Amino acid sequence: MDFFKNLFSPEILRAITDFSQSALFIAQGSGYTVALIALAMLLGLILGLPLSTITVYGPGWLKKLTGLYVWFFRGVPILVLMFLIYFGFFDLIESFYFKLFEERLVLTPFKAAVLSLGLASAAYQSQIFKGAILSVQSGQLKAALALGFSKKRAIIHVILPQALRISIPAWSNEYSILLKDSAIAYVLGTMEIMARTRFMASTTFAHIRFYLFAGLLYFVLTWLGVKLLAVLDKKVRIPGLAHDVFRAED
Amino acid sequence: MTEPRPLLEVSRVTRVIDGKKILDDVSLSLNKGDLKVVIGPSGGGKSTLLQCVNFLQVPNQGDVFLDGVSAREMSRHNINLFRQKIGMIFQDFNLFDHLSARDNVAIALRKVKGQKKAKAYQRAMEELDRVGLADKADLYPSQLSGGQKQRVSLARALAMDPMVMLLDEPTSALDPELIGEVLNVIAQLSYSGMTMLMVTHQIGFARHLTKEIIFMEAGRVVETGPPELLEGGPGGGRAAEFCAKLAEVTGR
Ligand SMILES: Nc1ncnc2c1ncn2[C@@H]1O[C@H](COP(=O)(O)OP(=O)(O)OP(=O)(O)O)[C@@H](O)[C@H]1O
Ligand SMILES: [Mg+2]
Repeated sequence: MDFFKNLFSPEILRAITDFSQSALFIAQGSGYTVALIALAMLLGLILGLPLSTITVYGPGWLKKLTGLYVWFFRGVPILVLMFLIYFGFFDLIESFYFKLFEERLVLTPFKAAVLSLGLASAAYQSQIFKGAILSVQSGQLKAALALGFSKKRAIIHVILPQALRISIPAWSNEYSILLKDSAIAYVLGTMEIMARTRFMASTTFAHIRFYLFAGLLYFVLTWLGVKLLAVLDKKVRIPGLAHDVFRAED
Repeated sequence: MTEPRPLLEVSRVTRVIDGKKILDDVSLSLNKGDLKVVIGPSGGGKSTLLQCVNFLQVPNQGDVFLDGVSAREMSRHNINLFRQKIGMIFQDFNLFDHLSARDNVAIALRKVKGQKKAKAYQRAMEELDRVGLADKADLYPSQLSGGQKQRVSLARALAMDPMVMLLDEPTSALDPELIGEVLNVIAQLSYSGMTMLMVTHQIGFARHLTKEIIFMEAGRVVETGPPELLEGGPGGGRAAEFCAKLAEVTGR
């Protein structure tokens, strides 16, 4: 049987070992990708939470500012943002730093990617949190104030703990979107999955094979993250609340 | 002999929203241990009045004095200290959904009064015990019945050692068979000397416990007097008329 002979021919075996080595090289990019979006989501959370709180409870002029922020970062494509930050903003900071301290400050593409994805995600996350805050029954804030809480502390201890729980499913969605957005970071030269895949594909010309593999990696990372957040959701769920009952079915 | 200074004095309070006078020059006062009941038709300004007492809504004119301390003066420094001393009970309970009954009662002790967790929990258990819910301490609001929720909210307010309690229709969101358990706690409180201002349509209950009914309509105190005010008879005023109507509806 020629077919089997061909299947185990030295060329094919070499191709397979070659591919597994290249695949390993690509898979090692997962570390970068995961670090990239973990940091970006964290930045988005740290900025998005106060943004949403101000949007709901802040004074009018501050609300306008947060509105402007959301409008800008939702409106600009992530690619444009990355170039703006890496080639514009970072260059500016580097040259300032050099003038001040006569020392080189190196701002890496990785940092630019985290910053771009994080700033954009903050805009989206603030909308998630805003919806969640508004869905917490407002009487609870009144009750907290009546007990002697300051408004700030009432928000921190009563509203936000509930809003954050409510946000987890939408947050999980944001994770899966951000994960795929992170693929764009290859343009800056961060060594994440996509950059490695492009390198391998363009040197071996085995495009389909490598891009399919990259797709598989993203798929697995999405699945893992979503699963992890579902576990978290279950863990912090408030016993007896309505959404608990609805979701008990799935 | 001079009259004792009232513990709570609402002095000529006016509240305007969108150019409309929701409260119009309302005054009343409570001595220590008084239970006064506010009744009146829907939209008359009863809830607004209660929220003006602890400055959840700031009156446009007038002031509120608690043991001689001016709320308006306090609001320039720290109104939260003033509110701490006034317990408030809401029609729809407003328990904190993410906290167990115990934590609902303990959270203000910890985060407002700065008590240690163990001390706050001990006090929370005492208060839950007082309202007969010690065995429900670990349940969450959505696992409690309406009557139980309202009793937790009473425990939550009482744990702060308030000088006065404001109750805004505490039983009107409850099924009839649950009203009794809440009214019992309120009656016990009154017997033990708590000063309370209560909005309610439970006329029968009010009649037994209060010395004074305050009838409000269209933002004004229209009539004030002993419970007999509600009996009607010839020459019965607006309050009696209202009560007759209420009795017609509820069949009591
Ligand atoms: N935030 C607000 N904006 C505009 N109008 C308001 C607001 N809050 C209350 N009102 C109006 O003030 C009036 C008094 O309301 P309030 O809730 O104090 O009445 P109430 O006597 O408690 O009525 P109910 O028996 O239905 O609880 C109503 O006409 C209401 O429409
Ligand atoms: Mg009302």
